[in-house]
Amino acid sequence: MSFFIASSPHHHMRRNTADLMRLVLLAMVPGVLAQWYFFGWGVILQIALAISVALAAEALCLLARNREASSGLRDYTAVVTAALLAISIPPLAPWWVIVIGTLFSIVIVKHLFGGVGHNIFNPAMAGYVLLLISFPAQMTSWLPPVTIAHELPGFWDSVRLLLFGFTGDGYSLEQIRHVDTGAMLDAVVMATPLDHIKTELAQGFTLSEAKGAVIFQGVAGSGWQWVNLAYLAGGLYLLKQRVISWHIPGALLGTLAVFALLGAVFAPDQLPNVDIHLFSGATMLAAFFIATDPVSAATSTRGKLIYAALIGLLIYVIRTWGGYPDAVAFAVLLANLCVPVIDQYTKPTAYGHHEERS
Amino acid sequence: MSQVQKYNGQDADIQLWTFPGGIHPPERKAPANQEPIRRFPLADEFIIPLRQHIGALSEVQVSVGDHVRKGDLLSAPGIEHGLPVHAPTSGEIIEIGEFPLNHPSGLSGPGIRLRSDHEDTWGQRHPLPDYRNQSHLTVLEHLQRMGIAGLGGAGFPTARKVAGARGIDCLIINGAECEPYIAADDRLMREHAAEIVRGSLILQWMTHASSILIAIEDNKPEAIAAMREAVAQTREQLSAEQQSDFVLKVVVIPTKYPSGGERQLIQILTGKQVPAHGLPADIGILMHNTGTAWAICRAIEHGEPLLERVVTLTGESIGSPCTAWVPLGTPVQHVLAHVDFTPEAQQRVIIGGPMMGFTLPHLQVPVIKTTNCILAPTRKELPPAGQEMPCIRCGACADVCPASLLPQQLYWLANAQDYDGLKAHHLADCIECGACAYVCPSEIPLVQYYRQAKAEMREQAIEHHKAEIARQRFEARQARLEREKEERLERHAQAAKAREEALAARKQQAEQRSASGTTDDAMPDANSDPVASAVARAKARKAEREAARNEESSAVTGTDTVQAQDPKKAAVAAAVARAKARKEAQAAAQKDTETNTEASTPEDKKKAAVAAAVARAKARKAAKQKDEDS
Amino acid sequence: MSWVLGIIALSVLALVAGLILGFAAIRFRVEGDPIVEQIDQILPQTQCGQCGYPGCRPYAQAIADGDEINKCPPGGQATIDRLADLLGREAKPLDAAHGAEDVKKVAVIREDECIGCTKCIQACPVDAIIGATRQMHTVIADECTGCDLCVEPCPVDCIDMLPLPTKPERWTWNLEQIPVQNITDAAATTETSERGPA
Repeated sequence: MSFFIASSPHHHMRRNTADLMRLVLLAMVPGVLAQWYFFGWGVILQIALAISVALAAEALCLLARNREASSGLRDYTAVVTAALLAISIPPLAPWWVIVIGTLFSIVIVKHLFGGVGHNIFNPAMAGYVLLLISFPAQMTSWLPPVTIAHELPGFWDSVRLLLFGFTGDGYSLEQIRHVDTGAMLDAVVMATPLDHIKTELAQGFTLSEAKGAVIFQGVAGSGWQWVNLAYLAGGLYLLKQRVISWHIPGALLGTLAVFALLGAVFAPDQLPNVDIHLFSGATMLAAFFIATDPVSAATSTRGKLIYAALIGLLIYVIRTWGGYPDAVAFAVLLANLCVPVIDQYTKPTAYGHHEERS
Repeated sequence: MSQVQKYNGQDADIQLWTFPGGIHPPERKAPANQEPIRRFPLADEFIIPLRQHIGALSEVQVSVGDHVRKGDLLSAPGIEHGLPVHAPTSGEIIEIGEFPLNHPSGLSGPGIRLRSDHEDTWGQRHPLPDYRNQSHLTVLEHLQRMGIAGLGGAGFPTARKVAGARGIDCLIINGAECEPYIAADDRLMREHAAEIVRGSLILQWMTHASSILIAIEDNKPEAIAAMREAVAQTREQLSAEQQSDFVLKVVVIPTKYPSGGERQLIQILTGKQVPAHGLPADIGILMHNTGTAWAICRAIEHGEPLLERVVTLTGESIGSPCTAWVPLGTPVQHVLAHVDFTPEAQQRVIIGGPMMGFTLPHLQVPVIKTTNCILAPTRKELPPAGQEMPCIRCGACADVCPASLLPQQLYWLANAQDYDGLKAHHLADCIECGACAYVCPSEIPLVQYYRQAKAEMREQAIEHHKAEIARQRFEARQARLEREKEERLERHAQAAKAREEALAARKQQAEQRSASGTTDDAMPDANSDPVASAVARAKARKAEREAARNEESSAVTGTDTVQAQDPKKAAVAAAVARAKARKEAQAAAQKDTETNTEASTPEDKKKAAVAAAVARAKARKAAKQKDEDS
Repeated sequence: MSWVLGIIALSVLALVAGLILGFAAIRFRVEGDPIVEQIDQILPQTQCGQCGYPGCRPYAQAIADGDEINKCPPGGQATIDRLADLLGREAKPLDAAHGAEDVKKVAVIREDECIGCTKCIQACPVDAIIGATRQMHTVIADECTGCDLCVEPCPVDCIDMLPLPTKPERWTWNLEQIPVQNITDAAATTETSERGPA
């Protein structure tokens, strides 16, 4: 036998990065299932495609940077990035959209900045923004949820749409989006609820008129509200598992709700109410899965509160006055930019240094 | 998480605070705390390191071969208040030299080896039972002589800690023992509660504190009960005056690591923070470990020096985990031999607990005053650290840091060796508790980074200090050489002047002589003339010689006291001459009495040695020259 | 005529800006340490003369006058980097002509061989050797800079340059360097390692 020298502490909580990332992936499952139920196989295919591209890109980057590829791949961070990007884009977007987005996220946003832990921006959201401003048409082509469309393309049709742009019967994605909406909305391209409200309000309709549309069955848009609730459930699971702390989701949702409430009080017919803000779009995904990305978020408790409140505020501002219907990606990236400043000014006062401060 | 029953009682009349961060690792105090403190047979040999604590070295007072009794002083306090060490048992001193230290570095240090005679006979003991009638100084000196040091953490000499503390309002007896596995204080409180309380009263008497708070974590209900009972009994014995003089109370604090840290416990009990770079005494607080209070009681009441302590022996590689009284200086190997230690292939033997302890490279290390636990875990029980992954800036470390530091920021700075940045982020306030590394999902050995950075900063400070001194010495030397050169020149000038004057005088006399003509009176003049000139010459020569000698002497000693040294030198020379004369006479006498003609006196030997050395050196130089030439 | 106006306006602007800058240069002037002082602070003060100058201060002066910064073996790469940082010069590797970086050493006189010639005393740049003519000399280890200058003059070669031993209080937590004992059987343990690794 021999004696073994080690440095203290000799005890470890034994929950490493990979464990945390696996828990995050697990918590995404309900949301993904909801998306699969309402929007079909597209989301599953996108996730599969994104993860394979991400792993390949990660491995190549690590090799190029002379790092050990196996340990880098095993931390699951690339998988989480890919999955987040895949569930953010329209489920039947062409295959090259997600490939470009994932490559950009992993290669440029993550590894060119130094790999895990060194990236300034949330890779998934940076990739999403790149896609959104480069391919606006593909990136806004959301399908109507199954509650309206009544019929979604099957698995093989989804594969064909993704790869070739046509179903087995020769319909294009645009045709599917039109045909299935039925007589009432025949002429309107199917949009997300937020998109729809934005368009309607811009044309001078009131909120209640806009909400009269068929996609607003339920609270915040048929399908979308359930997806959001599913992500909320996943997020609560993460909270319970102590993977994330309450500060970021709490401050984000709280700020968004407060501003939405103010808007609803002062201009009830022109501005969407709290329910729409919280349960439509990618709000819950952002609050529990995107803004909580530790690498690009603020670190101290106070910093986290400020950072998340900033995201909430930006989401509200961009949704209300910006040019895009949803705003999570932009809000997160802008907040990422502020993190160094936030961290600088929210440094906790070290033990015994209180008198120096005051 | 823990199977230990928690204490449920509430202390209504004392407000507790909390400190930021902290963790709740599995406590695992059982099974080591289940049985009474054991006692093993004495070891055959003891190794007593001279330095067992912070502070200067003590001076050895025994020599090899001496027989000592238990409790005898082995070393005297050093110049700078080093604590003395004592014989842990009776026996013979068999070696004084360098021995492996009980230190994370695995280095060796000065120590004394003692072979036990297994009699364990006590030497003279000097109790101070009437300490209340003595002066504080007497009691402090007594504690210093008894070698009492803090038994909790760094082992700071107790007398110095007490002496340095003034204006103490609150005396805290630290029985928190927050680190997992360790149960030494737990058992001590259960079995020796009364002595701990009496020791606390001695400390109160010395500091005039108005309250004594005995803080215990709520995962030690038996210890709390025992201490409560002892406190109640003591209170009954106290006079009414004393009772109103100060508050004596057991305070139960919630279990959270590291609540036993001095600064953290102060924050829990008072809500105050010790100022950075300050001491608890600055805010009127003095803290001592329960073990220290016990040792003080033994030293005062029985005159027993600190010779043994309670050590926790635990971990799954130890078959019968327990706590035990271990005489200081007992090799770890001897202790482990009595608890069914079955090492695995890559065994860690940790001195201290799992959070802050250090591993041993071998077992020939003595138990010292600060050794509260020997932990031998299996790999399954406490798996070694996994592979270090990149930091993901999750901030979990900052959430648990009890000093409200930013561990991840410190990690980046330590990696970049940005020592100014580390200072600005208060690395010095890190207590190395290990909470950050415990929670780190990337399994980064954060504490190790901090310790290395701290050591590096300390080295830089020392080097800078040394460089500064070297610079001063160099400059002082340069200045001295310069000054001596000037003085030499001046002396030369004076000598030359003296010569000129003498010459002039001679000339003058010659002129006088020639002027006066060859008269009869000229004879004495002619006689006096060479005398005078000779005197002048001699004077000049003497001045020159003196100048040369002064030069040499000041080059040797580097002082200005040339004048003062002359008589001293003369005295020395005279002494040497006397000694030589005596030696010669002796040698002569010897020659007369003995027929041994060899008579190689030490002087001759020395001369021969010098000659040999010179020859060696010459040969070496010649060889070198040759090497260089070829 | 508008171009004349332009030229006048620009000239006035330049004048005003110049005045402001000139004023600021005088008013807000920062009195820094003279550069030689700053360089001297960085040098290790070994006073060994390996750089070719008779001490650290002269070398600091030489650097300030434009000499290379990579001539100090005792300081090593760390000193070169800091000098490069201070002077805005390129950090070069140590000039091998002046020696190689080495561990810290201290001079030790083998006292029974010392003949008391005082030559080392005269050579020591920091007066760290004490003794008198025909008396044994000794080195004040704490003051010794390890400069090596006393070794050469010694006629009997009784001065050794020994590496500075690591003390526990100055240990820098190099866990990898701790020699670990391998135990094959218990009997051998007590035999071979009574004292442990030295």
